[in-house]
Amino acid sequence: MTATPSTNTAATATAASASPPAPAPPAAALPLGDDALVLSHRLGEWAGHAPVLEEDVALANIALDLLGQARVLLSLVGDEDELAYLREERAFRNVQLVEQPNGDFAHTIARQLYFSVYQTLMYDRLARTVSPLAPLAAKAVKEVTYHQDHAEQWTLRLGDGTAESHERMQRGLDALWRFTGELFQPVTGLDLDWEALRAQWTATITAVIERATLTVPEGPRSGAWQAGAGREGLHTEPFGRMLAEMQHLHRSHPGASW
Amino acid sequence: MVTTPSRASATSTTPPAPSASHTPAAPTPSPGTAAPTALEAELCALAGSVPDPELPVLTLGELGVLRAVHVSGTGHVDVELTPTYTGCPAIEAMSADIEQVLREHGRDDVTVRTVLSPAWSTDDISAEGRRKLAEFGIAPPRPHAADGPVPLSLTVRCPHCGSTDTELLSRFSSTACKALRRCVDCREPFDHFKEL
Repeated sequence: MTATPSTNTAATATAASASPPAPAPPAAALPLGDDALVLSHRLGEWAGHAPVLEEDVALANIALDLLGQARVLLSLVGDEDELAYLREERAFRNVQLVEQPNGDFAHTIARQLYFSVYQTLMYDRLARTVSPLAPLAAKAVKEVTYHQDHAEQWTLRLGDGTAESHERMQRGLDALWRFTGELFQPVTGLDLDWEALRAQWTATITAVIERATLTVPEGPRSGAWQAGAGREGLHTEPFGRMLAEMQHLHRSHPGASW
Repeated sequence: MVTTPSRASATSTTPPAPSASHTPAAPTPSPGTAAPTALEAELCALAGSVPDPELPVLTLGELGVLRAVHVSGTGHVDVELTPTYTGCPAIEAMSADIEQVLREHGRDDVTVRTVLSPAWSTDDISAEGRRKLAEFGIAPPRPHAADGPVPLSLTVRCPHCGSTDTELLSRFSSTACKALRRCVDCREPFDHFKEL
């Protein structure tokens, strides 16, 4: 995202004068784009730090898939760079799950499991609707199916591994559970059966967790004060620090490119 | 999201069309338009001859990412390119290379557009492309008719010794489109072009 603003502005102006006004962007592009962008950045933080080289590469590849989806979605809304780098925290519409810090590897895998299953089910349904987002969903569902497979394999391996890995995987699942309720709040502009999505998500997650000899967490999946407000622009404390790191270069050097 | 000014002016990601079901791949014009003219076919062959930036043994035509070339009445050339993966960083290099090749053949007014629908599939790789991949040491993707990835438990043949006794090391390899495997017989690691 290092396009120079001057170039972009010029290009946009030319396009605007040459063609009729573009239709309003699909309302769901921003929340879905923010989900992908924010999780992409979190996964990118693993680069150089993953437990093994293969995982370094895998997490970076998953991050790249998500970044590609984010670019397409945010470009439907406006200038992708401005949206990514110049918005304040309250303007982001991602769910709080994706902004949660990486924690240890098991914690990241728990976040991946919860989110990739959601994304696969959601894109799969969206691809079969009549929506401007359907072509992207049809493309992305194939990518996130691999993300889900990756998360499931690691959940099985960690849960059914050593006592230490089992305990860490369970801790990750428990800690992130309360952020999962927000995934099934209807997103404006997405005409999906959210209750059916939630039921299928729960069935899928439960099967994997139980196969991994782990326990499906109990307790609320959202609460009045806590999780569930990311779509309205309310975020958890670590998100501000993440944005500061993600945005500082662009804000410090406006228009820089290479 | 690296976009140099020159590329930004020539490459645009258009909002995907709402109607998702088109005829698949192959450098043919979109449904509803006339058959390609001789000029369009020629330019399509030129653009299709550009090597893939990450897998230079393959051409873009063999990879199946070149969707169409249209020439307008004013001589403007419009090229439709589809990414293998949504986030594939090679798409910008592909666009620049296509523009360069067409420019070398006297076509200065070129726009390369990225289209997402219908989604690219590894089934769009030509038979010749698959042969070249294997020759290059990359196990080609297995054909699959249904949507979604083929279960990874199916056998992938070692491109070095031909053994079917191979194992998965990592689902993600040097690029998003490849998985890393190892041959149990000859012990060589190799990339496998994942089914998509």
